[in-house]
Amino acid sequence: MSPSTVALALISAIVASGSLVGFLARFHHKMDLEQWTVGGRGFGLVLVWLLMAGEIYTTFTFLGASGWAYSRGGPALYILGYLPLMYVVSFYILPPIWEAGRKFGLQTQADFFQVRYGSSFLAAFVAFVGVVCLIPYLQIQITGLGLIVEVASYGEIRHTPAMIVGFALVGAFVLVSGVRGVAWASIVKDVLLLFAAVFVGFAVPRIYFGGIGPMFAALAQMKPAHLVMPGATKDLGHGWYITSVLLTSFGCYMWPHFFAASFTARSGRTLRRNAVIMPLYGITMPLMFVVGFCAVLVLPGLSNGDLSLLTIVRNSFPAWFLGLVGGAGALTAMVAAAIQLLAGATLYAKNLWRPIVAPHMTDEQVARLAKTMVLILTSGALFFAIHSSMSLVSLLLVGYAGVAQFFPGVVLGLFSRRVTTAGVFVGLVTGLSIALFLMLTGQDPYKGLNAGFIALCFNFATTGVVSFFTPVRVGGFDETLHSIVAAQSGEDVSSTA
Amino acid sequence: MKRPSLGSVLLGLIPFAAACFSISLWDRVYPMVFGLPFNFFWLIAWLLLTPLCMWAAYRLEVPRESKGSRAGGGAR
Repeated sequence: MSPSTVALALISAIVASGSLVGFLARFHHKMDLEQWTVGGRGFGLVLVWLLMAGEIYTTFTFLGASGWAYSRGGPALYILGYLPLMYVVSFYILPPIWEAGRKFGLQTQADFFQVRYGSSFLAAFVAFVGVVCLIPYLQIQITGLGLIVEVASYGEIRHTPAMIVGFALVGAFVLVSGVRGVAWASIVKDVLLLFAAVFVGFAVPRIYFGGIGPMFAALAQMKPAHLVMPGATKDLGHGWYITSVLLTSFGCYMWPHFFAASFTARSGRTLRRNAVIMPLYGITMPLMFVVGFCAVLVLPGLSNGDLSLLTIVRNSFPAWFLGLVGGAGALTAMVAAAIQLLAGATLYAKNLWRPIVAPHMTDEQVARLAKTMVLILTSGALFFAIHSSMSLVSLLLVGYAGVAQFFPGVVLGLFSRRVTTAGVFVGLVTGLSIALFLMLTGQDPYKGLNAGFIALCFNFATTGVVSFFTPVRVGGFDETLHSIVAAQSGEDVSSTA
Repeated sequence: MKRPSLGSVLLGLIPFAAACFSISLWDRVYPMVFGLPFNFFWLIAWLLLTPLCMWAAYRLEVPRESKGSRAGGGAR
């Protein structure tokens, strides 16, 4: 058997067994809309932890982090910087979000805006922006699947057909299993990925340099500038680091799928305990950087930095091991994409389509529409993946510049009674316009600062100023559902019933 | 919603100060620690130290939570 056959066969076997675990999980539970989206609100500490970890440790971690360590150097460390800090932010905001979710039966991020600000229009806008921002995130997973199959086939299978096959699998997987299936499949991939990351991270520098210490000593001697900021870039210095870390740690739980995942917890206290222990799970992350730094010396001149981890694994180990690593990576991409698709499709069906086009749809019809939407979103992301060549990390930063703009509306909505619907809407539009303008005109980073963060500052300021000059209509989550409904003066509130 | 206490917010600011705002103090290769460049070592250390800060914040928040659910009654 040729090496590519061995590697590809093993990848297929891992993907198949991971999917099987997901498919089997659904037979234990009746699948209605609530079960499909928030897993019945009954997950315990261990399962929530695996679900959260499964969502955060994506293709981005596996290929993107090593890819940036290889191609950019020092600036890649921003990923290690935001990792613990996003959990710090979650410690303060997730428990009250969960509490509001339980009190008002919230299922999506847009539901949160609907109930807090009493406006179906704002909720529909939030849903729309959320779905659009998910597309670059989904694109990361498709691109990653494509890279894995491309390297594992030793270049025999081209990038595009590889991505198409991967995403057909993801679509089928999501439609059949829902959140609980994804949670179980993510257990399989967490174990595999952890094993692969730790082994590769220690073994690769050992093979070429005799250990991690000697590898860094060699790199520090040959390319000392690569290890600090701005590394191999011109404009990613300390100002960029601080603003990117802030944007990412504020924005992380603003992703529609992370936001909705907090509703699956058993209690607010479960989420707080998670926030305390989660950074420890990230302890395997530095090993991805080690592999990327190692590749700088071992494999100079790769056209695409995101290929560095897979290529170094292919050159250093037998084909079956490349299959194992590729399989873990492929399953990771599938689980992550599944969760994103689930959140995106539910958002679209429940908060965009139903309130605007068909107010009298039943939950069952919404669930069916959500499943149709899975196919549409998958194809959209596939289209962009085929037609773009951005690095995995750059894609993620684009998405963050968008979703982080929800942060003022969420945080002020939780902790301030004075913030108004008009304030949040104008702030959101201002932030999104500035981020979009700076990025489309190629001005990110702008004067050495992350463009998304600049937009977020304007967003906060505008939200504050407009709120100051507009009257408060809804007083916050402390009120009863009844008084919020009354304040909405006849708007559709079926989603909160 | 009830806001977090000042004490727990201050504890949460420690990791932000250490792993984000103070970057120009620790973004350097030397001295290497355990064979790692200093900036790399520093960030790994804060992966381990952040849970300690947040555990302390958790100890501060949990008594406030259960007090709230008993409608403000009872001793600590």
